Amino acid sequence: MKAARFDYQRPATVAAAVAALGGDHGAKPVAGGQSLGPMLNLRLARPSCLVDVAKIPELRRVEERADGVLYGAAITHAEFEDGAVPDPTPGFLARVAHGIAYRAVRNRGTVGGSLVHADPAADWPTTLTALGARVVLAGPQGTRELALEDFLLGAFSTALEEGEIVTGVFVPRCSAGARFGYRKSCRKVGEFAEAMCAVLADDGRGVHRLVIGATEGRHIVVTEAKAVLADPSRLDARLAAAGFDAEPATLRLHRKVIREAIAQIAIDALNSESLPA
Amino acid sequence: MQESSHGAREGRGVGASVRRKEDARLLAGRGRFVGDMRFPGQLEAAFLRAPLAHARIRAIHIPEHLKGRAFTHADMVGVKDILAKTGLPGFRVSAQPSLASGKVRFAGEPVVMVLAETRAQAEDLCEEIRVDYEELPANHDMLRAAQPGAALVHDEWPDNVFLVSQTDKFFDAEKLASAPVKVTREVRTSRQCMSPLEGKGCIAVFERYLEQLTLWTATQMPHIVRSGLAECLGLDTRKIRVVAPDVGGGFGWKGLLQPEEVCCAWAALKLDRPIKWLEDRREHLIAAANCREHHYVMTAYADTDGTLLGFEAVAHVDAGAYSVYPFSACLEGAQVVSNLPGPYNLPAYRCRTYSVCSNKPPIVPYRGVARTGVCTAMELMIDAVAREAGLDPYDVRMRNLVRPDQMPFTSITGKDFDMGDYPESLRRVREMIGHDAVRARQQAGEKDGRKIGLGYATYCEQGAHGTSVYHGWGIPMVPGIESCGARLTPDGTLEVRIGAQSHGQSMETTMAQVACEVLGIDPELVNVVHGDTALTPYSTGTWGSRSAVMSGGAVASACERLGERIKRIGAHLLQAPEEAVAIRDAQVVGPHGSVSFAEVAKTWYLAPQNLPADIHPDGLDLVAGYKPTVDTGTFSYASHAAVIAVEPETGEVEILDYVIVEDGGVLLNPMVVDGQIYGGTAQGIGTALYEEMTYDEHGQPLASTLADYLLPGAGEMPTVRIDHIQTPSPNTRFGQKGIGEGGAIAPPAALGNAINDALKGMGVELSMSPMTPRRVRQAVTQAQVMQAGEAVS
Repeated sequence: MKAARFDYQRPATVAAAVAALGGDHGAKPVAGGQSLGPMLNLRLARPSCLVDVAKIPELRRVEERADGVLYGAAITHAEFEDGAVPDPTPGFLARVAHGIAYRAVRNRGTVGGSLVHADPAADWPTTLTALGARVVLAGPQGTRELALEDFLLGAFSTALEEGEIVTGVFVPRCSAGARFGYRKSCRKVGEFAEAMCAVLADDGRGVHRLVIGATEGRHIVVTEAKAVLADPSRLDARLAAAGFDAEPATLRLHRKVIREAIAQIAIDALNSESLPA
Repeated sequence: MQESSHGAREGRGVGASVRRKEDARLLAGRGRFVGDMRFPGQLEAAFLRAPLAHARIRAIHIPEHLKGRAFTHADMVGVKDILAKTGLPGFRVSAQPSLASGKVRFAGEPVVMVLAETRAQAEDLCEEIRVDYEELPANHDMLRAAQPGAALVHDEWPDNVFLVSQTDKFFDAEKLASAPVKVTREVRTSRQCMSPLEGKGCIAVFERYLEQLTLWTATQMPHIVRSGLAECLGLDTRKIRVVAPDVGGGFGWKGLLQPEEVCCAWAALKLDRPIKWLEDRREHLIAAANCREHHYVMTAYADTDGTLLGFEAVAHVDAGAYSVYPFSACLEGAQVVSNLPGPYNLPAYRCRTYSVCSNKPPIVPYRGVARTGVCTAMELMIDAVAREAGLDPYDVRMRNLVRPDQMPFTSITGKDFDMGDYPESLRRVREMIGHDAVRARQQAGEKDGRKIGLGYATYCEQGAHGTSVYHGWGIPMVPGIESCGARLTPDGTLEVRIGAQSHGQSMETTMAQVACEVLGIDPELVNVVHGDTALTPYSTGTWGSRSAVMSGGAVASACERLGERIKRIGAHLLQAPEEAVAIRDAQVVGPHGSVSFAEVAKTWYLAPQNLPADIHPDGLDLVAGYKPTVDTGTFSYASHAAVIAVEPETGEVEILDYVIVEDGGVLLNPMVVDGQIYGGTAQGIGTALYEEMTYDEHGQPLASTLADYLLPGAGEMPTVRIDHIQTPSPNTRFGQKGIGEGGAIAPPAALGNAINDALKGMGVELSMSPMTPRRVRQAVTQAQVMQAGEAVS
């Protein structure tokens, strides 16, 4: 399959990109193209124009702040994996990036693109939500910021307004003893997950979050997760409250993956206790 | 088998792991595939394909401006349908039009061919064409399609069955009813896609200066495609040349005449322009490259010690909508009947197989052909018998395998096993896998809660089937004598020309090794020419694990004949009698000196004045033929053993160890054989755990990209350990046996048995491939629900 005809623009600034998107409602932004590319070739996506934002300097910047790091939306998975950008967590981002698809995809795919695509089975939406990340958006009405869990509305659905693009993602700085659990179940290396769960236990900041991805719909986000992490059986009520349901064999998988993600935190804690002071 | 010949150059001939000659270009990206080729004035074809699995075509609306660029069946006046009949009694003939005519019979069937400067433009134009369909009920499930009352795929048939194949040998139901162990199981193998790295593709060019149509095509069998194409187009065969350039894997998908090839060839003649079509991955997945879908209901009868007393099966094969040329819709089904008993000594057997016609793409024989299905079915049964009888599956196999003292052995279905020690392959694989240690580990249990399983599978694989096997099927192609052209060039280097085609089999290396074995010529000085009907003698091509035996034998024959002629000239140059000279290391060696091939060739071609005027006129260029002494085929065999860990909550399966002990007779190149086994095993792991082409109830394919159709990758491959037994075949030139497909046969059985072994304590037994995490979870969940129910009651 070959893509249907489309125009192509490569604006130099965010303002120009927003203008290009605003002037043509059929236009779509593209960065790494790792999800959009196949959709173009299958003619499932038929934009009139592709606005290539991958090289816009503002989307390529990295700004280190006291309370975290702001990444330009066009930072690639590989740059996280390789440690080419600073990490406000104890190595969590590189670990997540390393498990995204294949290296060829990581070389081109971008963090912003992954969040905007909002595949519930993708790595960044679940893990960055667990880390309490915020997205920065720019559009015709100016810029705004949203917590990631408010940005991701459901499967392939976000709070992005007409003409808006994601310009960056802010990841808060974890305290030194923060623990992170992440488990996903994939049919094979590099495939999208069939179940996933990310957990953050940052006692230093008093932040405990648990996020379940690869559901049929919206991520399940537990923001005050301390009690659940201590006693995973409390999660059942939360899952029921979130309307999380599936046939028994699927639920079985999700439950196991959640338990294992939580167990990683416990193992982390044991390991850090056994370390000499 | 003949004694090894005289000319061997130490370490470069038969049996040496010579590095692949073709890698110099292939690994450097310098190969030349159909996709790399472009001809001046070329047009590219896109096919508008059926969106429905079964529908009547009411009308096709083609805009005026596409006239001359868009073609339907009605335009292809005089082109005949593709017909792959068999001589088997009761076989129903399906005529496959190259573009759908009247009806579409599977989603993806080509309906309109559209030509443009580029593929993208051709796809744009496809969108301007409208086809009105009247949807008909689709047959998506072979078991239902075979029932009376199912919608007819071919309106003129009474039902949807291509053929019923059956056998009944010494099966006494009354007597077997009292067998101490009786096990009945239902086993299903999923539909798959072959997925070679390179898909299909072709370019048809009418060469005016030759008055010949040349079809460049990614095929395994250029000579057969030539015959089939000539038949469809109504041309003399001499008017067609078929060339397979570099071909990136076939596995059976390139062993057929494809409708798209006929369309491109027709359009090239009609428009007098080169016409190119390249299959894309979506077309590959949905439009034709289907294989493997079997269903079995089987009962095994055994004694308390595991000795098999009898076996019966009813099998269905979903053959899809049409009979493919040349192998037909029934090769698979007929082979199920004859191969299900596998390497076992069965005293009683009956089997009936339905080759069912459905609204899915026609199935094509895929590496291992029916044997992967029958091996899965039979080997799962052997383990089920073992569990029922409370025996170790290893012991049940040992009790029933054909023994070496019974060789050569004629199986219950009349298969003539050439030599081998089947139990030895199992003993060795048991040793290598560390049977006892694995059993001890199972007893101890795993800290992480996973379950360990050990699975075995043994099979034998008929390869290089000859005339006596194929003529009975009466399909359009019956293999006979294999030929090779051998030519000493004026500088004393060698060309050997074979009609088979090498698309990963390393024949450019192994055939050169055969020439080296006979003539002592360095393989580097041998060009193996293949895949071009204009340059090579006739061959049915590369399929059925036949090339090492057939082409290998033919190359040896031709080189021997050529050697005789070289000796005649060399003897004259050495002033010695012919019977006093021999060939060694590419020289003619006489009692008082030697003369090189180069000198012989130079004299013959460029300085004939130095030869007697009355020298025999037959020169250094000839074609010779070969046929094994017994042509019913070689039987390579292997035992596979796998250790796996299953996580019962997630259904994830990890392969911890995988061992293969195989016997391919004398190996022409052991490294190449290992490569074949690794590749085949990867495909077998795909069959076992990943690959599945599913259809919904409307016959719509549910996997149209590789995100949905999972292939195993490097990350899924275990380190496979291989050991060889080399029992020479008494029937072939060097004792070699066909081995190319074997790796793909046993993994679903070995892994399936290992999974069932791991979960047997939980009362879980899976019987459908691939054994995906979902199927494992479902089986575990179901078993727990049942056990809970029993506990309550």
